[in-house]
Amino acid sequence: MSYSSPSSSSEDSICIDLRNPYLAALLAWLCPGAGHLYQRRYGKGVLFMVCILSTYFFGFAIGGGHVVYASWVKNDRRWQYACQVGVGLPALPAIIQNKLERNSEKEPLANGIMAPPSRIDAKKMDELSLWHAQYGAMFEIGTLYTMVAGLLNIVVIFDAYGGPVILNYQVSGSRGPPEKSDE
Amino acid sequence: MNIYQYMTGEIPLLLGNVPQFIYLIPLMLVCSLVYGATRHELWGPIYQNSMRTLVWLVCFVGILFGVFLFSSWLV
Repeated sequence: MSYSSPSSSSEDSICIDLRNPYLAALLAWLCPGAGHLYQRRYGKGVLFMVCILSTYFFGFAIGGGHVVYASWVKNDRRWQYACQVGVGLPALPAIIQNKLERNSEKEPLANGIMAPPSRIDAKKMDELSLWHAQYGAMFEIGTLYTMVAGLLNIVVIFDAYGGPVILNYQVSGSRGPPEKSDE
Repeated sequence: MNIYQYMTGEIPLLLGNVPQFIYLIPLMLVCSLVYGATRHELWGPIYQNSMRTLVWLVCFVGILFGVFLFSSWLV
């Protein structure tokens, strides 16, 4: 199925093969840029991969590896993780760490990287407060960077699924508006 | 501590103390690049769109910063 719209832009002549858009979207979620690499859109794939992963890992590093964690308990509802998980595989270990610490009450793996803070108590100095005290503004900035990386990848997933937002291109794949007939 | 330091919250970095908003620059660059790349397929239009978005972001953040700076000066 293909779609094209009239425009004077030189981009009109481009034909984008989306291959299997559902698989491309899944790959784009799992690893930013992988969906585009699968579609042989190498330039954009590398651009997305570099931009999003460097943003994510920079934020992750300046936050001491504690800014990405999954938690939904009283006093610590980590809503930011909903944005961070948009980056896919790099954020998924947080779910395993959460299961280990909160459900199984086992020791988290890898020195507690991406593990939720223990002993959450609003009236006492808990581990989350310690992280804030230790990393200061870096904890907030790291959280912001990882959240933005996750949110940006959602836009990238849409691009892998349906092509560029400005529909001046011929898109081929199993998705797209009905083909226009010349009248 | 002057009002500039108070507003920007200087924090230590490798090269000494820098204002916190220095961390906004790579973030705005990445956002504009990725946004531009999701709207076009060729590098030329991607670059143009990214530059437009970057200018818009810098102006938006600059105006917000100015408003907050002015309101803090009032009180």
